[in-house]
Amino acid sequence: MITDNRSRRGVSDKLYKGFIYVVLIALAVIILIPVLWAFMASVKQDSEFYGNPWALPLGIHLQNFADAWLKAKMGSFMLNSVLVTAIALGLLLIVALPASYVLSRFKFRGNAFLNMMFMAGLFINVNYIVVPIFLMLNNGDKALRGILGHPVLLNNLFVLAVVYAAMSLPFTIYLMSGYFKSLPKEFEEAASVDGAGNFRTMVQIIMPMAKPSIVTVILFNFLSYWNEYIISMTLLTKPTFKTLPVGLMNLMAAQKSAVQYGQMYAGLVLVMLPTLIIYILVQKKLTQGMTMGGLKG
Amino acid sequence: MGGYTDNKTFVGFQNFSKLFQSEKFYQTFQNSVLLIVIVTIVTFALALLFASMLTREKLKGQNFLRVVFYIPNILSVVVISAIFSAIFDPNSGLLNAFLKLFRGFQAEPILWLGDQKIVIFSLAGAMIWQAIGYYMVMYMASMANIPESLYESAGLEGAGRMTQFFQITIPLIWTNIRTTLTFFIISTINMSFLFVMTMTSGGPDGATEVFLSYMYKEAYTNSSYGYGMAIGVIVFLFSFALAGILNAVTRREHLEY
Repeated sequence: MITDNRSRRGVSDKLYKGFIYVVLIALAVIILIPVLWAFMASVKQDSEFYGNPWALPLGIHLQNFADAWLKAKMGSFMLNSVLVTAIALGLLLIVALPASYVLSRFKFRGNAFLNMMFMAGLFINVNYIVVPIFLMLNNGDKALRGILGHPVLLNNLFVLAVVYAAMSLPFTIYLMSGYFKSLPKEFEEAASVDGAGNFRTMVQIIMPMAKPSIVTVILFNFLSYWNEYIISMTLLTKPTFKTLPVGLMNLMAAQKSAVQYGQMYAGLVLVMLPTLIIYILVQKKLTQGMTMGGLKG
Repeated sequence: MGGYTDNKTFVGFQNFSKLFQSEKFYQTFQNSVLLIVIVTIVTFALALLFASMLTREKLKGQNFLRVVFYIPNILSVVVISAIFSAIFDPNSGLLNAFLKLFRGFQAEPILWLGDQKIVIFSLAGAMIWQAIGYYMVMYMASMANIPESLYESAGLEGAGRMTQFFQITIPLIWTNIRTTLTFFIISTINMSFLFVMTMTSGGPDGATEVFLSYMYKEAYTNSSYGYGMAIGVIVFLFSFALAGILNAVTRREHLEY
C-alpha cells in the first residue's frame, strides 16, 4: 500500500516536472523569438517584408547593414554613443567613488546633510526633469551667446555625458557607500601606520577591494547610458549629434513613409548587439549585482 | 508661462486649476492607472510563479533559462518598441500572421496599435515582456536564501506544493515583495512614458497618453512649461502617495528564518 502510494506520487511528480518544463520553455520562447526575429529581419530584402513575416530570409542580405551604417548615418551615431557613454562613465567614477568613500568613512561638518541630499536624489527620476534641464541649458546658451557668440550647451555631447553622470550619481553613491561602510576599518589603520596618506589609502587599498562593486556599477550604468533616449533626444537636436537609440527612432519614423524595413532592422541590431555581447560575457555579474539593491528607472 | 521669455509672471495655482479641469488629464490619469494595475498584477504574479518554479525544482538548463529571461532588460526601450511595432503590425505583423492559424486566413486583421480599445493592452503586453525577467531574478535571489529544511519538514507533514508556496515562500520573501511593489509603481510610470513616446506617441486619439508623455508634450513640444511642470508635480505626489498606501496596506510582522 505504501509503495503504491509512493509510486503514484512519483508519477505525479514527473508530470508536474514536465509541466514546469513546458511552461518555462514557453516563456523562454516568447522572450527569444522577438529578438531572434529582429536578427532575421535584418538580413532580409525589403521585398520579403510583404510576404509571411514568419518566413525565413531568402538569403543573407548584408547590404542592409551597409545602408544603415552609411546612408542612415548609424555609424557616426554609434561613435557619438560610444563617446557619450565613455565620458559619462569616466565622470561618474571620478566623482562617485571618492564621494561615496568620503561620505561613508569621514566625519565632517555637513556630512549628514550631504548624505541626505544624495538620498533625496534617489527619489527624483530624471524623466520628470528633462524639460527643466533643457530650459536651464537653453537659458545658459542665451547668456553665453552674448559672451562667446555662439551657443555651446545644447547639442554638445560632453554636456549630455555630464547630465548622464549626474543623473546616476545618487544611486551609485548610495550603492558604493553602503559597500564602503561594510569594510572593516583595520585596513585603513594598517595603511596609515605604514605611512600612507588618505588619498593613497583610497586609491591603493580601498578601490582594489571594491572592484567587484565597481564593475557592477560600470555594467549597469553602461546599459542605462547606451540605451537612454529621452534626454539625448531633448538635448541633442541637430542631426549630426544623435546617439544610436535616437537614430533608430528616426529610422522607425522614416520606415513609415518610405519602405526601408531591412535598413531599419539592421540599425536595430546595431543598437542591441553591443549590449547583448557584453551581457552574455558578464551575465553572472549582472544578475548577482542586481541583488545588491538594484533599482531600475 | 513661456520659459523662453524673461518676463515671468506669478500665476499662483492657475496651472493646477487648469489641470484639474482638463478632460485630457483625466484620460491620461485613467490610462496610467490602468497600466499600473495591469502591468503590476500580471508581472508580479508571473514573475513570482516562474521564480518559484526555477528555484524550487532541480531543472536542467536552469542557468540558461535565467539568462534568457533577463535579456529584455538589457535592451533599449527603442529597440523593444521597434520589435513590438513589427509584432503588432496589422498587415505584416507577426502576431496577426500567427493568429491566422486559428482565426482563419480570411479573418479581418486586428489593429493592435490602431484600435483605441485594444492599444493599451498591447502596450501593457510589451511592458510585461520587458519587466518580467527583472522581477524574476529579484525574487529568485531572495527565494534562494530560504533554507531547504523548511520545505522538507513541510513536505513530511504532508503540505503540498501550493501550501508550501503560500505558507513558506511568500511569507518569507514578504519584505522583498513589498519593495518590488514600490518599484512597480515608479517604474511603470517611467517605462510607460518611454514605451509610449516610441510606440504610439499617445495615439490613437489619446488612447495611450500617460502621465509623463502628457507632461513632456505640454512642456517641450507645446512650450507651456508651467502647465507641464504642474503635471509633473501632481504625478510625483500621486506616485508617492500610492507607494505610501501600498506600503501601509502590505505591512506584516517580519518573519525570520
